[in-house]
Amino acid sequence: MAEQKPSTAIEAVESGLAAQGYIASRQIATAVYLSQQIEKPILVEGPAGVGKTELAKAIAAWRGLKMIRLQCYEGLDEAKALYEWKYAKQLLYTQILKDKLGEVLGGAQTLNAALDQLHDFGDVFFSKEFVEPRPLLQALEQPGGCVLLIDEIDKSDAEFESLLLEILSDFQVTIPELGTVSAITPPTVILTSNSERDLGDALKRRCLHLHIGFPEQRLEERIVESRVPNISQTLRRQMVGFIHEIRSLDLKKLPSVSETIDWARVLVLLQASELDTEIVKDTLNVLLKYEADIEAAQPQITTFIAKAARSNVFG
Amino acid sequence: MRENIHRFFRAARGAGVHVSPAESIDAMRAVAQVGISDRTILRDALLLTLAKSQDEKLALGDCFDLFFSQPEPRQDQPEANSNDASDDADQSPSSGAASDSSGGSPPAELGPLAQMLLSQDRNAVAAAIASASGAASLSDIRYSTQRGIFSSRILDAMGLQRLRDDLDELTATNPALAERLRAALDALREAVRDTVAQGLALYAREEAENLRNEILRNAPLARIERRHVAEMRALIRQIARRLRERYSKPRKRQRRGHLDVRRTLRRNAAWGGIPFLTAWKRKRRDRPKIVALCDVSGSVAQVSDFFLLLIHSLHEVVDDVHSFAFSSQLIEVSDILEKKSPEEAMAEIMSKVGFGSSDYGSSLVDFEKEFMSTLTPQTTVIVLGDARSNNLDPRADILRRISERSKRLVWLNPEGRLAWGFGDSEMPRYATFCSVVRQCATAQQLERAVSDIVATYQ
Repeated sequence: MAEQKPSTAIEAVESGLAAQGYIASRQIATAVYLSQQIEKPILVEGPAGVGKTELAKAIAAWRGLKMIRLQCYEGLDEAKALYEWKYAKQLLYTQILKDKLGEVLGGAQTLNAALDQLHDFGDVFFSKEFVEPRPLLQALEQPGGCVLLIDEIDKSDAEFESLLLEILSDFQVTIPELGTVSAITPPTVILTSNSERDLGDALKRRCLHLHIGFPEQRLEERIVESRVPNISQTLRRQMVGFIHEIRSLDLKKLPSVSETIDWARVLVLLQASELDTEIVKDTLNVLLKYEADIEAAQPQITTFIAKAARSNVFG
Repeated sequence: MRENIHRFFRAARGAGVHVSPAESIDAMRAVAQVGISDRTILRDALLLTLAKSQDEKLALGDCFDLFFSQPEPRQDQPEANSNDASDDADQSPSSGAASDSSGGSPPAELGPLAQMLLSQDRNAVAAAIASASGAASLSDIRYSTQRGIFSSRILDAMGLQRLRDDLDELTATNPALAERLRAALDALREAVRDTVAQGLALYAREEAENLRNEILRNAPLARIERRHVAEMRALIRQIARRLRERYSKPRKRQRRGHLDVRRTLRRNAAWGGIPFLTAWKRKRRDRPKIVALCDVSGSVAQVSDFFLLLIHSLHEVVDDVHSFAFSSQLIEVSDILEKKSPEEAMAEIMSKVGFGSSDYGSSLVDFEKEFMSTLTPQTTVIVLGDARSNNLDPRADILRRISERSKRLVWLNPEGRLAWGFGDSEMPRYATFCSVVRQCATAQQLERAVSDIVATYQ
């Protein structure tokens, strides 16, 4: 691995991910390779359903690592993302140890002596024992490293972004009562965003920026092939061609890769051998999620099928 | 190559991609990992580390293609060809490649540049141009007027003087060869000119854009030339984005109000429920509500146009905008502005109420009759106009009622302070009821005015 040519290393990443059923474009493979080499998180942006979350899962499966997922939402704070003190346990222990305290301090003559003795025990109640690690801290504590997926970071508040900065650049977190916890093995961090809001420059600066768009036709065919192996080659070409035509329309929500895969499954279930107007009309609701979109696409179906079939002949 | 990558960073900045030193370090690390032999991988690696958004990726991709479409200077060329054992070529690094010429060996007494041109070795010429443009520090080019000087600097660095001498000599001794050399020189000039043009496209964009924007920002909006209107719109959009970024971040919440009992108990569980730390119910601050009244009569129309564009592109910061346009009567234009493109919207507004002579009195009457209910104690009312009412009744009493019902009343006047109160200007009478009156003639003043208005809600 040490003195491998980068192009072969990138191909290795590609085939490794492919073995997990994730067909990566060269850009994606390069990003994954670079993030390992220079230990930087990847910020993945792109429309919903193009496999941003899948990428993290595939990397974890390929490298045999545990995946820790942190789903972001509005109002997510450090108590839920980083760590929390086990309050109940702390309370319980103080109650139980009340008698013990008397014993420990029994020998002390003055208040000062008692205080000194108490100091010797240190901050018992603010030790590792009482910390409840949340996903971010868990990720740092994995001995063999892990894949940390911070999903839909754009849904969280701007304050939460700042909280992430330390962990992203130095792979460590600071807990005021305990000190700094550094990662045993730096985790592979993947952040995903649907561009619901613009992320801060500080966060972007710390990441490799990867944009996953809709795949090219060939790539998408390969993706369908790997996910739905029992679909016939002609049908696969036709349906992917059809979806590419649909994406040229001005729709509220364009069908993405996950919809392509769903549709392929549906077509296999219905035992379709090739696309025709009837079957497309019946299953269009798998692809398009808005009534208005379906109405906009309806009149075009026949032309699109014809076009897809033609590209099939030449392609 | 390191030198090249650094020049690429400068070109990237020229293309509008923000490349900080930290990012360039990351990019260098990435380049060190992937190497430079595979150009597509190099491109991906640079795009991954430098660009931070899809727009930047596109710009940087174009910049990369443009940058590396020029031949790289190949310093190692002489070694590769040194087995040609050229006799006098060692003085200059580029002439090593020149000696393996196929078409008619040129006389040895010619200068290196002449030899190179006659040998028609494209690689060597390209390499020589590249290294000469390095010597002439082409990456410092900033303005299109500098093209000539950089071209001649590059040619000088390549040894044009010697070539001229050679040419004079050859014209006397060997006219046919001189003709060939002259043609080659013309081709060379063209190549150098292309190189400089490319350099200008790569490195000078940022500077030129900054300069132009700076001029535009301070130009009076009412007198902008037609050809600058599109650029002005882009600039206004940029201003809107900046204001949005500044003000759309969650506002600091007040730490006053009611105690949040549930959170207080939870926070103090560690101390047995004794409330050491208190938690307060948070109070969200209001987002700005804006009612804009814009004069669209002749002289003020263009300023109103830009102002409306700015206000309506702030929808992430400003929750609620109602816009009204008037000259002699007043209509609501919010819908028109929201649904149509700026050009169409403005044309429609103008056809409805524009071009009349302005009558502030009757426009204010219209507003009071129909739209007074849009004002709440959170509303900022902005009036944009020159307050020239053609000596008609200004109805300042209505403006007083507007000011009483709203949070603030801001008057933006495109005219300079000196002109207020002269002729038919009613500005001083209106000013009594305004919270603020300010001049607003340029994009910069517009930005400040809107920024202040939004800031009062923070």
